[in-house]
Amino acid sequence: MYLNQFLLLAAVLFSIGVYGVLARRNGVLVLMSIELILNAVNINLVAFGAFHGQVDGQVFALFTVAIAAAEVGVGLAIVLLIYRNKRSIDLDQVAQMKG
Amino acid sequence: MLLLLASEAGGAAAEGFEAGWLTRHVWLIPLLPVVSFVVTLLFGKRGKGGGAWFGVTLMGIALLLSAGLGVEWLGRGHVGLEEGQPAAVAATYRGTASGDQEHPVAQVIEEAERTGEPKASIPGHGEAGENHGAGGGQGGAEDGDHGEKPEKAEEPKGHALPTGRLSLPTAEAGGEAAGGEHAIEVRPYHEAEAGWFHIGPIEVGFGFHVDGFAVIMLFTVCFISFLVHLFSTEYLRDDRRRTHYFASLGLFTAGMLLMVSSSTGLQLLLGWEIMGLCSFLLIGHWWEESKNSDAALKAFFTTRTGDVGLLVGLSILFFGAGQTFNLAKINQQAITGEIPRTWLVAAAVALFIACIGKSAQFPLHTWLPDAMAGPTPASALIHAATMVVAGVYMVGRFYPVFFSAFRIANNALGFNVIALIGGVTIIIAGLLAFVQQDIKKVLAYSTVSQLGYMVMGLGVGAWTGAIFHLFTHAFFKALLFMGAGSISHACWHSFDLRDFGGLRKHMPKTFVTFMIGTAALMGLPIFAGFWSKDEILLGAWSNGYKGTFFLVGCVGAALTCAYMTRVVYKTFWGEYKGPQTPDAIEHASHATHGHDDAHDEVAEAKAPALVGASAYQEGAKASADPDVQAAAHGTAQSERGPHDDEASHTSDDHGDDPHGDEPLGGYPHESPWPITVPLIVLAVMSVVAGIINAPFFGLQFTHFSAIEPIVAAGVPEPSFSLTVAVISTLGALSGLGLAYAWWFAGARFGLEGLTRRNKLAGAGYRLLEEKYYLDALYERVIVRGIKGPVAGLAYWFNQNILDGVIHGTAWTARRAATFTYDVLDQEVVDGTVNGVGAGATGLGRGFKHMASGKVQQYLAYLIGGAAAGALVIFAITFNRS
Repeated sequence: MYLNQFLLLAAVLFSIGVYGVLARRNGVLVLMSIELILNAVNINLVAFGAFHGQVDGQVFALFTVAIAAAEVGVGLAIVLLIYRNKRSIDLDQVAQMKG
Repeated sequence: MLLLLASEAGGAAAEGFEAGWLTRHVWLIPLLPVVSFVVTLLFGKRGKGGGAWFGVTLMGIALLLSAGLGVEWLGRGHVGLEEGQPAAVAATYRGTASGDQEHPVAQVIEEAERTGEPKASIPGHGEAGENHGAGGGQGGAEDGDHGEKPEKAEEPKGHALPTGRLSLPTAEAGGEAAGGEHAIEVRPYHEAEAGWFHIGPIEVGFGFHVDGFAVIMLFTVCFISFLVHLFSTEYLRDDRRRTHYFASLGLFTAGMLLMVSSSTGLQLLLGWEIMGLCSFLLIGHWWEESKNSDAALKAFFTTRTGDVGLLVGLSILFFGAGQTFNLAKINQQAITGEIPRTWLVAAAVALFIACIGKSAQFPLHTWLPDAMAGPTPASALIHAATMVVAGVYMVGRFYPVFFSAFRIANNALGFNVIALIGGVTIIIAGLLAFVQQDIKKVLAYSTVSQLGYMVMGLGVGAWTGAIFHLFTHAFFKALLFMGAGSISHACWHSFDLRDFGGLRKHMPKTFVTFMIGTAALMGLPIFAGFWSKDEILLGAWSNGYKGTFFLVGCVGAALTCAYMTRVVYKTFWGEYKGPQTPDAIEHASHATHGHDDAHDEVAEAKAPALVGASAYQEGAKASADPDVQAAAHGTAQSERGPHDDEASHTSDDHGDDPHGDEPLGGYPHESPWPITVPLIVLAVMSVVAGIINAPFFGLQFTHFSAIEPIVAAGVPEPSFSLTVAVISTLGALSGLGLAYAWWFAGARFGLEGLTRRNKLAGAGYRLLEEKYYLDALYERVIVRGIKGPVAGLAYWFNQNILDGVIHGTAWTARRAATFTYDVLDQEVVDGTVNGVGAGATGLGRGFKHMASGKVQQYLAYLIGGAAAGALVIFAITFNRS
């Protein structure tokens, strides 16, 4: 079994995710990009688990999926509140933390 | 040795010499007035009557304690007599050292009880003791020559202590008729000392010394002080500083009690100085008037002049006696000659200077008459029991020092400085008393004169006479002062003899008691002053001063009689001349102002109608209508402040009018009970006190005066002599007769206006009135002479040295300040602060852009950082592999 194609796929996904997080202004799309990053990590975990013939990777991936679901829930709630306050989900306009 | 004594004296005797409870707790007596002082000062204003009754109560307790102490003292050492031994044989004298130095004196109270207890004694201190009670046969055989009896052979150190020269004719012996040398029973003293402080190896103790002298002084002081407290409750009833007055009285008494019971010189000095302070407070009690505060300052400074002598004298004795302040040790070493005579003379002169200042002797007597500015009861206390008596007490306490230093017993010169000063004081003060118009000042000069007697008595070796006079004088002088206070109380606070007259009809109790006091002061037979003055004269007669000081004493007695006759005449005989209502006082003052210039008091005395005549008539008019008068009185009382009473020429014109609640008669009237009761008590004492030491009563005072150092020093103690008594009485009576002729019957002898007609008499009068120009000398020559150059020097010092220093300091400070401001403050400190601020601002400005608030930018930093970290890790990993 070859490991490289999985790692490559994961790297591509991760890069797309990073790009989405940094470049998109839509809050929902940023959340989706974060999902891409997490899933890239999941692919890596499962691939390394399969490569070593152990289930640890898959178990860990399952945990990550669960946590990602919770994270998206919180994230979407924040986005929803931002929308209610600003009538927009453009992240560039959410700069109240500016020092 | 002590063991030997103990066995000889027997068990009963040893028990008999046990110090009683009061003797061991004598510190209670000075403590009570201290408590009174503190309590009165702290809580007096809340207490009833300004806290006066605290003082009265506590002094009453102190009086009881001191009386009990006296009884205990009399009980000491009587055991030998009770055992049936003859009095002469029972004589015991033990000269052991007390408070031995090798014992650790500190911390524990050391009972240096000089009894027959087998107490370890240090050989170096030489208990030179003899016990004449060793055996009846031996004592009886040697009865005749006790005086010259030499030291016994077994004495560890050869201190030749002649003992038993005092004679005590016991009751059975029949007074002076026996004439033989009876040995006197000398009671052992009791001393308790505790450590006070150390300076290096020197231990200074604080303790109490109880012997006959201390006991009799404690009793006298408590007695007088109690009566003065009682008297003051009425006399200063409405005083505005009543609480402070009573507090000062308490502290004053405490100072004197502490002094007379002290066992060390330093403690004596402490009491002495407390009294100096309190006399200042009391004399200046009404300090609103500058005259009074001046008098207080004068008293303080004049006595301070003498106090230097006390410090110097004590220091000399301290080093002379092997670094001890203990009075008993100093006295013992003075007797045995351990202190070199040069030292002794120096110390004696220095101590006597202190006595001159405190006891108002000749060159420094000027403060005492001015001290009359204080309240009258305070004057009574100062004159009778404290303050002025302290000087005489101190000389009496250190008497062995003086006795050895001046060779009083056998002096080749025929005089010594003590007797000389005393004699001069008797005469000059007696003369000054004639020209005073203020009854208190007459009494003040009389005190000076009587103190002169005591000092002269000490100077001629009549120790017992001097302290006996101290004892009796306390009673009759307190009586006279309080009598004067009572008179003034009735006469609207006037002390001017020209305001009085005819008071015997209005104040019968005051009159009778005052007459008794006068008789006692004059030294008329039976009264107290007779016996004590007689003893002093007897001492002068028998100690080889027959032609000098004996005569001085007799002349003094005559003078005393004469000036007291004048006072009595002007106060109690004739017509009342003073104001009759308070509002008439102003008229009286106008009426009598003219007399300030008239020096001829004889004419004045002879013309009573002229003196204050207008006041008399005014008063009579005013009192015609009782309602009007009462109203006038009321307004006058409300308008008159306590201190703006201009009327009387004297000092004691203070306090609100005390007669507000009494029916106002046209004449003075008797004072209420707190004033008359002390007068009566003192009058009784003025009669009885002298008889204690009368020959037919067995010279009982010897129980107090025959104390160890005096007996050991060999102070002579002559017995009563009828010749001396007759001569002194004749002297006194001649003065009385002359004065009677002058004042009571002056018109008949044509003496009226003598000082105006006769130039010599006029000049004499003026000299007396100016008090020998002594005040002028002190003020114009000494004070100004010192003040001028001192002020000049001070000015120069001020201008050149002090100002230079100040200017220099200011210039330096200015320069330093400029440098500090310009360089340190502006550049260094401010520069640092500003620099830090500017740096922070710049950094903030630079980093501001990082905190844009944009989430994605933050994330970019995070991922960029992670990527950089990953690259670093990768590079390291790659290089290693």
